[in-house]
Amino acid sequence: MSNIPETGRTPRVQIRLVVIQVLVFSLLLTLGGRLWYLQIRNGQEYTDEAKNNGVQRVVQPAVRGSILDARGVPLADNETRLVVSASRTELMKMRDDGKGVLTRLAEVLDMKPREVQDKVRLCDAKTGKPCWNGSPYQPIPVTDEATTQQALQIRERAEDFPGITAEPTAVRRYTAPGKANTAQVLGYLSPVTDGEIEEAKDTESPFLRSDQVGRSGLERTYDNALRGKAGITRYEVDNLGRVIGEAERDKAQPGANLVTSIDARVQAVAEYELNEAMKAARKEIDKNNTGKNYKADAGAVVVMENKTGRVISMASLPTYDPNAWVGGISGKDYARLTDKRSNYPLLNRGIQSQAAPGSIFKVISSTAAVNAGYDFDGNYPCPSSLSFGGREFKNFESRGYGVIDLGRALEVSCDTVYYGLAHQEWLNDGGINPKKKPDDWFYKTAHQFGLGAKTGIDLPNEVGGRVPDRQWKQSYWEQLKDTWCKEGKKGGTYVEQIAFENCLEGNRMRAGDSVNYSIGQGDTLVTPIQMASIYAAISNGGTMYRPTVGKAVISADGKSVREIKPERAAKLPMDAATNKKINDALAGVATRGSAAWRFGGWPQDRIPMHAKTGTAEVYGKQTTSWFASYTDDYTIVMTISQGGTGSGASGPAVRKIYEAMYGLDEKGGQDLKRALLPAPQKALPRIGADGSIDAPGIKPYKPRKPLPPQTQQAAATTGDRRPGTLPDTSLRLAAATARRD
Amino acid sequence: MAGTNGFSVSGYGPQRGGLWSQLSARDSVVRRLDWPLLLCAFLLSGIGALLVWSATRGRTELTGGDPYDFLFRHILNTGIGIALMIATVWLGHRTLRGAVPVLYGISVLLIVLVLTPLGATINGAHAWIVIGGGFSIQPSEFVKITIILGMAMLLASRVDAGDLAHPDHRTVAKSLGIAVLPMAIVMLMPDLGSVMVMVVIMLGVLLASGAPNRWILGLIGSGVAGAVLVTALGLLDEYQINRFAAFANPELDPAGVGYNTNQARIAIGSGGLLGTGLFKGSQTTGQFVPEQQTDFVFTVAGEELGFVGAGLILVLLGVVLWRACRIARETTELYGTIVAAGIIAWFAFQSFENIGMTLGIMPVAGLPLPFVSYGGSSMFAVWVAIGLLQSIRVQRPMSA
Repeated sequence: MSNIPETGRTPRVQIRLVVIQVLVFSLLLTLGGRLWYLQIRNGQEYTDEAKNNGVQRVVQPAVRGSILDARGVPLADNETRLVVSASRTELMKMRDDGKGVLTRLAEVLDMKPREVQDKVRLCDAKTGKPCWNGSPYQPIPVTDEATTQQALQIRERAEDFPGITAEPTAVRRYTAPGKANTAQVLGYLSPVTDGEIEEAKDTESPFLRSDQVGRSGLERTYDNALRGKAGITRYEVDNLGRVIGEAERDKAQPGANLVTSIDARVQAVAEYELNEAMKAARKEIDKNNTGKNYKADAGAVVVMENKTGRVISMASLPTYDPNAWVGGISGKDYARLTDKRSNYPLLNRGIQSQAAPGSIFKVISSTAAVNAGYDFDGNYPCPSSLSFGGREFKNFESRGYGVIDLGRALEVSCDTVYYGLAHQEWLNDGGINPKKKPDDWFYKTAHQFGLGAKTGIDLPNEVGGRVPDRQWKQSYWEQLKDTWCKEGKKGGTYVEQIAFENCLEGNRMRAGDSVNYSIGQGDTLVTPIQMASIYAAISNGGTMYRPTVGKAVISADGKSVREIKPERAAKLPMDAATNKKINDALAGVATRGSAAWRFGGWPQDRIPMHAKTGTAEVYGKQTTSWFASYTDDYTIVMTISQGGTGSGASGPAVRKIYEAMYGLDEKGGQDLKRALLPAPQKALPRIGADGSIDAPGIKPYKPRKPLPPQTQQAAATTGDRRPGTLPDTSLRLAAATARRD
Repeated sequence: MAGTNGFSVSGYGPQRGGLWSQLSARDSVVRRLDWPLLLCAFLLSGIGALLVWSATRGRTELTGGDPYDFLFRHILNTGIGIALMIATVWLGHRTLRGAVPVLYGISVLLIVLVLTPLGATINGAHAWIVIGGGFSIQPSEFVKITIILGMAMLLASRVDAGDLAHPDHRTVAKSLGIAVLPMAIVMLMPDLGSVMVMVVIMLGVLLASGAPNRWILGLIGSGVAGAVLVTALGLLDEYQINRFAAFANPELDPAGVGYNTNQARIAIGSGGLLGTGLFKGSQTTGQFVPEQQTDFVFTVAGEELGFVGAGLILVLLGVVLWRACRIARETTELYGTIVAAGIIAWFAFQSFENIGMTLGIMPVAGLPLPFVSYGGSSMFAVWVAIGLLQSIRVQRPMSA
C-alpha cells in the first residue's frame, strides 16, 4: 500500500489506532495462551474428567457360587426372592424422615412400624441390632420374603411409597439337604462395610456397595472365589443420563462353586446323633460330682478322612438356622444368636471350643514316654492310687491292675502308670528346682503332636488350645499372681488355699501339675479338630495333614477346576513300631478296653475299630466327654461339654455314625446298599457348562430303631461299667490343683 | 452520497457499464475488496456451520429430529449475511451515512419493542422479538451497528469537514448520548453481555475519534464506578451476580453457571492437541455443555478439533481484526476510521469475552462468537459490519 495518500489524520488518532491494535492482539494472545494451558499443559487431567463425566456405571451383581458337598449336593445356593428395599437418601429428604412411608410399608408387609424403622436405621456405637451396617447410599432391604401380592401393592401405589422398591433378587439359601444344617461350617454373609470397600478399592476384587461378604465359616474363607466379579457396564450417557453409547463392558463373572469334602448325608447323621447323645446325657445323673442331671450344654463331632485330613462332617451344637442372616438379620434373631443363654450357637465348636482332653491325651503321653526312653512293652505298676508331695492321685474308681505295659495302660486307661512315668520325668528334669535345660518330654511331645497351635484348617477363627508347659506357667503366673496373692490365704477355704499356693509358686512346674497333665487333665486345652488330626495321623502311619473342608473350587461353567490338595503338616514323633503298638492298643480299647462295651457286635475283622475314651474334669462344671476313634479310612472325634464320660455319652453316637457310613446293623452285618460312604469320595461332582450341577438326590437320615430299652438303659446307667470291661478313664482327683475351664 | 468529500471512486456505482466488466476492471470493487478479510470471515462462518452441526445433531428437542436442521440454518444465515454485506458494499458506507438517523431510530424502536409484550425471554434475557415461523430477532445485535454509525457520524462530521482537528466536548457528549440511550434500554432487558460490548464499542469509537483524553479516562472511570455502584445497590439480580462470579469459582453456582464453566472447561481441556475429531467428542455428543451451538460453540472446537482447530479460529479472528485495523489506519476520512475502530472494538471484545468465558478467564455472559455461533441476528450484524469495512476500504480516497 505504497500509494497511501498523505492524510489529514492527526497523530493522536494514529497513536490511538496503534493502541487499539496492540490491545486487540494482546487479548487474542491471552486467549491463545489460556487455550494452550487447558489443552496441552493440563489436557490429560481434563481428558480423565471427561471420561468419568459421561459415564454411568450399571452394575450387574455376580451370582454367588454355591457351596457343594462332596457329591455335588448344594449346602448353600441362591434363590430368587422378592426383596423390598428402602432408599435412605430418599426417605431422609422427606419432612418426617420417611416415617409416614415406613408406617404404610409396615402395614402392607404385616410388620410392626418399629421393626421396619429399626431395619433401616444405620448402625453406630449406640445403636443396637438390628441396624443397617452397609452403605447409607445403598437401598436397605426391609424384607426378602415379600409376597407377589405385597410387591404389587407397593409397585402399583408407587406414589405412596417413594424410595421403596420391590425387586426380584437372588438371595443366599442354606438348603440343609437331608437336614444337614452345617450352619457353623458354612458361615453367613452380611453387607460390605464402608471400611472394607475402601480397603479393597485398589485390589483385584474391589467391592461394590451392594456386595455381601462372607463373615464366617466357608463363606468367609472362600469369599473371593465364591463372590465372583460383578459385571460393570459403562455407558456413555448425556447430561440427562440418556445412553448414547456403550463404553466398556466387564461381563459379570458368576462366583465359582466350592466343592467341600463334607458329605451331606454323613453330616445329617452326625448332627442328629450328636443331638441324640446330648439328649440322652441330659437324662443321666452326674452321681460322682454334682448329683444333678448332666447339662450336656454343647457338643461337637468331627468326621475326618485319615489319609487326606479332609473333613467329611463337622457338627456343632447348639446350632442355628443360617437362613436367619439372609436379607438382614432381625433383632430378635440376633439377640438369640448372641445371647449367653443360648450358649453361643454361632461358635463352631469343632474348631473353637477348647477343653482338657482327658484320657484321649494318653496316646501323646505314651509316645512321650517311649521317646523319653521307656519301653512300650516294659512293666509299669498300676496301683489304685499314687501319692506325690503329700497328695493322693487316684486311678478312676480307685481300681488297680497290677503291673502292665503301656499298651494295656492305654486299653484300660490306667492313670497311675502315667503318673509314675510323668513323676519320674519331672524328677529327672530337676523337680521343683528344674535343671537349666529340662527335657520336658511330655510337653515337647504334645507340641510335636500339634497341640497349642492351630491346625490351619480352612475355616476362620480357629483356636489353638494350650499346652501348660513351663513357659506358659510363667506367663500365666505373671498375669494372675497379684490376684492370687490378694485372695490367697494360708489355711483358708479350699479355693483360698489353692490361690495361696499359686501365689507362692504358681510359676513353677510342680509334681502335681506334671502328674495331672500326663493324663490330659488340668490346664491343657485341645480342640476336637486337633484331636481328630492326631488320631487320623496315628491311623495313617504318622502323617498329620492340615485339615480341610474345601476340596475344589470349580468355576461356574465347570471348566476351571482348582483342587485343594491335601497338605502334609507334620510327622508324628513316633517310629513305625510305636505307631503299630499304639494302633493295636487302641484296637484293644474297642475290643477289650474301656470302649468295648459300646462296640459289642462290631465286625472288627472287616472294619477294625480303634478308640480311646476320655473324661475331662472342669473346675466348677460337670465333666467333658471325649471319644476319639478311627477305622482304616475315617476318624471320628466327639466331645460333649458337661456330658459325662467318654464312652457313656459319646460312644453310642459315634458308633451309629460309623454304622451309617459303612451300612452296618447293630449285629455287625454290612449292607453296602445302605452304606452312605463305605470308602472316601474321591471324584469331584460334575458341573455343566450351563452351571448345572450333577447332584444325587438325598434322603433324610432315618435312625435305626433303638435297641430294646433295657440293654441301652442298662449300659448307660451303669456309668462306665460293663462286665468284663474296665472303667472309663475318668480320674477324679481327690485334691487336684484348682482347674480353670 | 458517492463522491462526497471530493474523492471520486472509479469502477464504483450501480449505473455504469456491464456487470462483468465492472467487476473485472483493474480498479473494480471486486479487485479492491479486502479478500483476506472476506476469506477469513467466510472460513469462520464455515467452521461455525460444522461446529453448530456437531453440537445440535443429537439435540432432537431443538432440531425436531432433523440432524441437518441447524447446519442448513447456519448456512442460510451466512448466505443472508453475505447478501447483506454485498448490499452494504453496494450502497457504500457513505451512502448509509445519510440513512444513519433513520437506521438508528429503527433499531432503538426495535429494542423498545422487545420490552413490550412482543418481546420474548430466552435464557433469562428478555432480548428477543419472535417474528413467527420459528424465527426471532435480537435487536441488540443491530443496535451495536447503529451505535457505531451514529457516534461516528456525529464525531466525524466536523472533523471530516475540516472544521476541527478533533471532536469538541459538545460533540463527544452528544455522541455518548446516542450510545447511552439504547444501552439503557438493553440494560433493562437485561442483556448485560450486550451492554458490556456496547461500552467497549463506545470506548473504541471515542479513542479512534481523537476525542479528548479526559473523556476516555472519564468513561473508563465511570464504567468502573458504575459497576461498583450497580453491585453495591443490588440493582442486579442474584443470577447475574452468580453468573458473573462463578467463572472463577464454579462452586458458587454449581448447578447453573458453575456447571456451564466446568463442563466447558472439561470439553476444551479434553480436546488436547488434535481433538477427538468432529462428532466424536464425548462432552459434545453427551450434551454436557448447555447452549453449545450459540454461546459455547467454542467448546465444540476445543474438544473435537483440539488446540489446532481452536487455535485456527483464534488465528482467523486475528486476521479479521488485523485487516480491520489496517482498514482503520489506511482510510483518510475519520468517519471510516471511527466505524472501523468501533467494529474492531466490538469484534475483539465480543470474541474475547465469548472465548474467555469458555476458557474460564471471563465471566459468563450471553454473547455469540462472531461468525461461528449459531444465531441469525448476530450473523447478519457481523456480516453487515464486514460490508462496512469493505466499503471503507473500497471507497477510501485514492491518490491519483
